[in-house]
Amino acid sequence: MTSTDGALAGPQQYLRAQQRWRAIEIVFWLSLLLPFVVTPNYLVLASQVAITALFALSLDLILGYAGIVSLGHAAFFGFGAYTAGILSKHGWGEPLTGLLISGFAAGLLGYLMSFIIARFRHLALIMITLGFGFLLLELANSLGWLTGGADGLQGVKTWPLLGMFKFDLWGVTSYWYSLIVLFILFLVCRRLINSPFGLSLRGIRENAVRMRAVGAESRAHLQKIYTISAAIAGIAGALLTQTTDTVSLGVLNFERSADVLVILILGGAGRLYGGIIGAIIFLVARDQFSGINPQYWYFPIGVLLVVVVLFLPNGILGGLAQIVESERWQRWTANLTPWRKKP
Amino acid sequence: MRKVFLGAAAAIAITLGTGPASAQNVKIGVVMSFSGQFADPGAQIDNGIKLYMKQNGDTVAGRKIEIIRKDSGGIAPDVAKRLSQEVIVRDGAQVLAGYDLTPNALAAADVSAQAKTFMVNMNAATSVITTKSPYMARTSFTVWQVNEALGAWAYKNGVRKAYTLVSDFGPGWDGEAAFQKGFKDAGGEIIGQARYPVANLDFTAFVQRAKDSNPDGIYIWVPGGPQPAAIGKAIAERGIDKSKVKVMGQGELTYEEALKSMGDAGLGLITAFHYDYNHQSAKNKAFVTAYNTEFKRNPDMFSVGGYDGMHLIYEALKKTAGKTDADSLIAAAKGMRWESPRGPMSIDPETRDVVQTVYIRRVEKVGGHLVNVDIDKIENVKDPWKARQPK
Amino acid sequence: MTSVLGVLFDGFAYGMLLFLLSVGLSVTLGMMNFVNLAHCSFGMIGGYVTVTLMNSMGWPFLATLPMAFIAAAATSVVFERTMFRRLYRASDLDQCLLTIGLVFASVAAAAYIYGTIQQPVNLPSYLRGSYQVMGVTLGAYRLFLIAFSLVVTAVLVISLEYTRFGAQVRAAVDNQRMARGLGINVDGAFAITFALGSGLAGLGGALAIDIVGLDPSFALAYLVYVLIVVSVGGLGSIGGSFVAATLLGISDMAGKYYFPEIGSFLIYLVMISLLMWRPAGLFGRRA
Repeated sequence: MTSTDGALAGPQQYLRAQQRWRAIEIVFWLSLLLPFVVTPNYLVLASQVAITALFALSLDLILGYAGIVSLGHAAFFGFGAYTAGILSKHGWGEPLTGLLISGFAAGLLGYLMSFIIARFRHLALIMITLGFGFLLLELANSLGWLTGGADGLQGVKTWPLLGMFKFDLWGVTSYWYSLIVLFILFLVCRRLINSPFGLSLRGIRENAVRMRAVGAESRAHLQKIYTISAAIAGIAGALLTQTTDTVSLGVLNFERSADVLVILILGGAGRLYGGIIGAIIFLVARDQFSGINPQYWYFPIGVLLVVVVLFLPNGILGGLAQIVESERWQRWTANLTPWRKKP
Repeated sequence: MRKVFLGAAAAIAITLGTGPASAQNVKIGVVMSFSGQFADPGAQIDNGIKLYMKQNGDTVAGRKIEIIRKDSGGIAPDVAKRLSQEVIVRDGAQVLAGYDLTPNALAAADVSAQAKTFMVNMNAATSVITTKSPYMARTSFTVWQVNEALGAWAYKNGVRKAYTLVSDFGPGWDGEAAFQKGFKDAGGEIIGQARYPVANLDFTAFVQRAKDSNPDGIYIWVPGGPQPAAIGKAIAERGIDKSKVKVMGQGELTYEEALKSMGDAGLGLITAFHYDYNHQSAKNKAFVTAYNTEFKRNPDMFSVGGYDGMHLIYEALKKTAGKTDADSLIAAAKGMRWESPRGPMSIDPETRDVVQTVYIRRVEKVGGHLVNVDIDKIENVKDPWKARQPK
Repeated sequence: MTSVLGVLFDGFAYGMLLFLLSVGLSVTLGMMNFVNLAHCSFGMIGGYVTVTLMNSMGWPFLATLPMAFIAAAATSVVFERTMFRRLYRASDLDQCLLTIGLVFASVAAAAYIYGTIQQPVNLPSYLRGSYQVMGVTLGAYRLFLIAFSLVVTAVLVISLEYTRFGAQVRAAVDNQRMARGLGINVDGAFAITFALGSGLAGLGGALAIDIVGLDPSFALAYLVYVLIVVSVGGLGSIGGSFVAATLLGISDMAGKYYFPEIGSFLIYLVMISLLMWRPAGLFGRRA
């Protein structure tokens, strides 16, 4: 955050520079279309990667930008998933409105939770989010008449998208659907983060006391971002329900909260693309490793995480950024491309 | 709406039929938990599959059998469904098998129905599962099948006032309902009941509570894992006299490792189940010996589910002369009857569910080891839950 | 009345188990701010050492306990020296990722070596059964567990309160920078404390087998309970961990006995309300 260009040019210019699309971003998003042509047999996996990426993005909003570490974010993912499932079971299987309603419901839950969340920090905050995650899981388990309990919700049937595209066995519709939703919400987040609101969130992350001293309403800001994050997590959960026609307690459990945290840190928190990169790497690695050995694939995954931490601190994107910004790299590339030498 | 779906399913089935399915090998996608909390059941089912293939070769009706293993990693119907889809569209599997957990089996049933793929449920024990796909058969058991029989047996053998203690999730509720139905229909009275949290590890409080209500029978439903041993020890530690109070449960309560860590605390526990390695028959002796040579441990109900599941697939393939379309395979499976290590069993031609003998066993010491000794049996038990559903 | 005493006794015993498993994490987290999610993996090592020695080599149960301690402590030092120390100044998130990676690897390694099977442990006869004292049933193993943990706690408290090493550790927990400035070898003290804490977890892992069983998922399954005890007790506080573990053990047990309908909610409700009341934990000085 101590970029000298930004400081010299003032916050407005800095924000405008951040909002500009870089070539590599456009290439990245276009490359997400590749599975349709290159690996058409992997579209079901690709759609679940996109859903997980969206979930990780929602966590990034609060963790990476506002410093709220949560070990219970699956609560919102699961709440959205169950909302979509219950809607569909009771006769409303239209996906787009289902998505909106689920996002709204999860956002509402997030808003209520945010009154508590905004008051705590550090370990207490982590454990309170974890506790609420478990409470919601136990609640879903005991409300068998509503949620189907441990057997999962039965009778979820999602209607064709826009009345035209059925959710097929190959996952073509699922991937299109998930990818477009991911892209739209990514745009929203990108805009949000590169706004004065986003800047003050980062201020709160770095030093909450000082932010209050300069007159920023840190608690209200935190509540706002938490609500938005919960809504997006709920939409991700609803996407999973709609593309698989199943909901079970698995959407609420601790492993899901922990996995998404691992995915985000792996990719690089506080970088918007961190969650997406993390989801791609983690889930593809898991698919490949467990394909090779369904029993012990946890081992190479664990080693992967350790290696990333030791060699690329702050996640893959964070580590890469550090390398690119390092002097040695600058010198090296400058030698490779003499025309870029600074005058 | 429905028509559109059926049309789509048919279209998929046709493309699949002309696609990878025409390859020479019969590919079986085995989807279950190979890792995580439920890894051990997965490993045992897989052992059962491996042993059957070792004993019976990997070629049936002129076609080679190829197993493709996929790890669903626990309660994750979204993953199980994805893997089942992938194993069909990506790897060209013509048969789905495995499925250790109910939500996963239910989700995969959709795939089996939509893609018209023969599916063998080798473990998941909730009654409703087999109704979700017309191409599914089951080779394990159902919770209702075993526990309703146990409830009736308990009354017949002198229990009048029973207390039930079950794990607070779907299968536990089923066990509770099934035992209570069997027991009450016979004339017994339930004087108290409790459900303990799924992740519970210390059972002293629950057992004490059951004891304090003075029943002459305690019924317990636990899933496998560390809980059975913990309950068994708590019962002994609380000083419940099993000659006066019958302590009963489904077979998981006294599975081999649980008995090992219970020690003498396990003596006298009564369980109802469809299989145990100590079941006395020539067929089972041979099975247990072969299993031990191969895997250095005893088979359990998971192993026999995998073993009989493979038997069903092999015999069905023989009947269809190697044809792998779901209609032929399920037609061949219906009504199939064979002698398994667990005793005589068959596939109900109407419900495609398993029909078998339920054994009542008591834990006794034989040759210095605690084992489940058969003390009674109820033959040809069908799933009673399905029989009561409106057709 | 007798049932109240019984519930208190059983809850206390369960709490002692939680205490042994978590006290090490509390101290190292308070001292170095190092988030070691692999703490229970070290506990699992202790459990497997006990099982191996008992079942394959015929050692008596009690004799395996010191070995469980040593094995867990030694392994933890190896990891501390080679990996963890490089991350003391890294962000919490990186520490989480590293140690959760180790948890994954340890779960897979345990499954590979020991299989996924539940490990049986056969206690000597004097630890089985129960005694009747004034109408209350006291399980022999639980009595042993309580006595053992109280001795461990006493040794721990005495060595931290009355020895030179203990004073150094306390100084490092209170203010690491100041302690360094005074010439205290903080890194050395930390390595020893770390080994001690992991060793206690190993001991807890070994003692837990009889009550909660042992399989490769132990490393993950207990993480949540340990985190709860640590956060409720307050970082770096042995007394805090002791009180928190006791409180959680007893409320868990009482909840199950008196209100089985909400048994599964209780432990989380207790934790949330305690933390909302005291965000830094019962005995924590820093949030």
